[in-house]
Amino acid sequence: MQSEHPPILEVTDLCVSYGKVEALHHANLTVGAGKIVTVIGPNGAGKTTMLGAIMGLLPKSRGDIRFLGEPQAEIEVERMVAKGMSLVPESRALFGSMTVADNLLMGSFMRYRLGLRDHAETMERVFTIFPRLKERREQQAGTLSGGERQMLAVGRALMAKPKLLLLDEPSLGLAPLIVKEIFHVIADLKQAGVSILLIEQNARAALQVADYGYVLETGEIALEGPADQLAHDPKVIESYLGLGGAAQAASSWSAPVAT
Amino acid sequence: MDLQIAILLAQDGITNGAIYALLALALVLVFAVTRVIFIPQGEFVALGALTLASLQVGKTPGTLWLLLGAGVTVALVDLVQALQRGSHRRMPRIIAWNLIYPGMAAAAIFLLKPAEMAMPLQIILTLMLVVPLGPMIYRLAFQPLAEAPVLVLLIVAVAVHLALVGLGLLFFGAEGSRTPAFSDASYKLGGIVISGQTLWVVGASVTLIAILYQFFERTFYGKALRATAINRTGARLMGISTVMAGKLSFLLAALIGALSGILIAPITTIYYDTGFLVGLKGFVGAIVGGLASYPIAAVGAILVGLLESYSSFWASAFKEVIVFTLIIPVLVWRSLTTHHVEEEE
Repeated sequence: MQSEHPPILEVTDLCVSYGKVEALHHANLTVGAGKIVTVIGPNGAGKTTMLGAIMGLLPKSRGDIRFLGEPQAEIEVERMVAKGMSLVPESRALFGSMTVADNLLMGSFMRYRLGLRDHAETMERVFTIFPRLKERREQQAGTLSGGERQMLAVGRALMAKPKLLLLDEPSLGLAPLIVKEIFHVIADLKQAGVSILLIEQNARAALQVADYGYVLETGEIALEGPADQLAHDPKVIESYLGLGGAAQAASSWSAPVAT
Repeated sequence: MDLQIAILLAQDGITNGAIYALLALALVLVFAVTRVIFIPQGEFVALGALTLASLQVGKTPGTLWLLLGAGVTVALVDLVQALQRGSHRRMPRIIAWNLIYPGMAAAAIFLLKPAEMAMPLQIILTLMLVVPLGPMIYRLAFQPLAEAPVLVLLIVAVAVHLALVGLGLLFFGAEGSRTPAFSDASYKLGGIVISGQTLWVVGASVTLIAILYQFFERTFYGKALRATAINRTGARLMGISTVMAGKLSFLLAALIGALSGILIAPITTIYYDTGFLVGLKGFVGAIVGGLASYPIAAVGAILVGLLESYSSFWASAFKEVIVFTLIIPVLVWRSLTTHHVEEEE
């Protein structure tokens, strides 16, 4: 459905529990190479939990995760980073009392450790994507505005030159104009060959930029399909796009849809 | 008290204060990165001093047995874990660091004659024996508890302290040791005599602090330690593993402790249990800095040194009481000026 190339991420039958409470039940999800896949759904549906388990921040209780075609027996954050997976968490998790430049530098820590010393070059590339960060490079991360923080969080993740970028609610708490900018960047990243798994509550923006989408409800995948089909699905329109959402979607965003 | 004595006491206070400052920095570092209040910090002072003293009199330092024992234990634990996880690639590293390295240290001690070596070589040998104990202790005592609350980590730190003091008594006996001074020179400066050893202690401490500063400001690994201290999850997402950061901070703490011991060994007689008191004074300095600020911790530690030296002149019987009473006004001041922050999950 998505691509002839082998998928970059394949999640089969993933279950995650907090104690006795199962937060994610038997989830299946695929991210094709070079694609943007989005998972939308309401608060508390288990979206962040799913990302946490894929990245190794949370232990899974069952299920298989294949990354780059290889089964991952032991999911450990550091190992996943080394293999080319980067997560931008909802909290951003920046290093507040360090400068913007040092925050970015830390993004390439794993590459540095593996002997790949191309951080200066990569940082210049991140600065061309987010010129604002270059202006602020000597400023402490804690003093940035909300939008700049998100740019820094995404920029820092890009410093690892990831093959798969996991984005957890990149639009959360941001002004509409900044959200638009962030989604432009997401579309551009796809052009640059980065596969993206995007988790969003802003379903309209997410479905516009994505190739394929999943709807997660109370820990279960309720619906899936190509993003443009989901955007026209009556159930999705009613629950996530609001009445007349599809029509609005076309007008409210100068869509950065890449093909 | 005339000016002469006041200056002499100040010189004494600054010398000790410089050592306390080093220990305070190590305590802040370990706490910031691992949340461990590192009570055994002082034991590394004693181990450093006593190991150097043993080497100089031609005895085999007990630290060697400690290193071999800890190495074998770490190797066993890590190898079993590597086997269970099927990560065979890690095995050569585990064996090299925990079995081959201590073995080579033992060979160096038995084959070379440390007692006849020049002092710089003896110091290097001492550091080679003592410093690896830091990461090994982290691996055995603290790594399995990385997610535990601060209180549990503190209790384990006290246990490690007690174990190391006991082992110190076993290996070095109850007698104290003193090493020859690095320099017998003394300088006159306007009627004040400054001993060469004082200059060594202050100079070495300042140099070490400058190197540490450069390490944290300029290097990838130094910044990675700071990043871990600021946001542990954020650091992990960059591939900075908590275990790596923990081992590195314990390595630095052990290095700072051992060097401190080597520096003060010519000034005071060091017993197997001297380290605890020295470490506690560094801890008072670290508390002044709220276990968070490096510069305030260092200044606080110098203050502790000065307070100790002047109070030993005026009220020598109450010297320790006065120094440790300093903690009370500091804690009151801190609790009034800082906001309480809930411990992070």
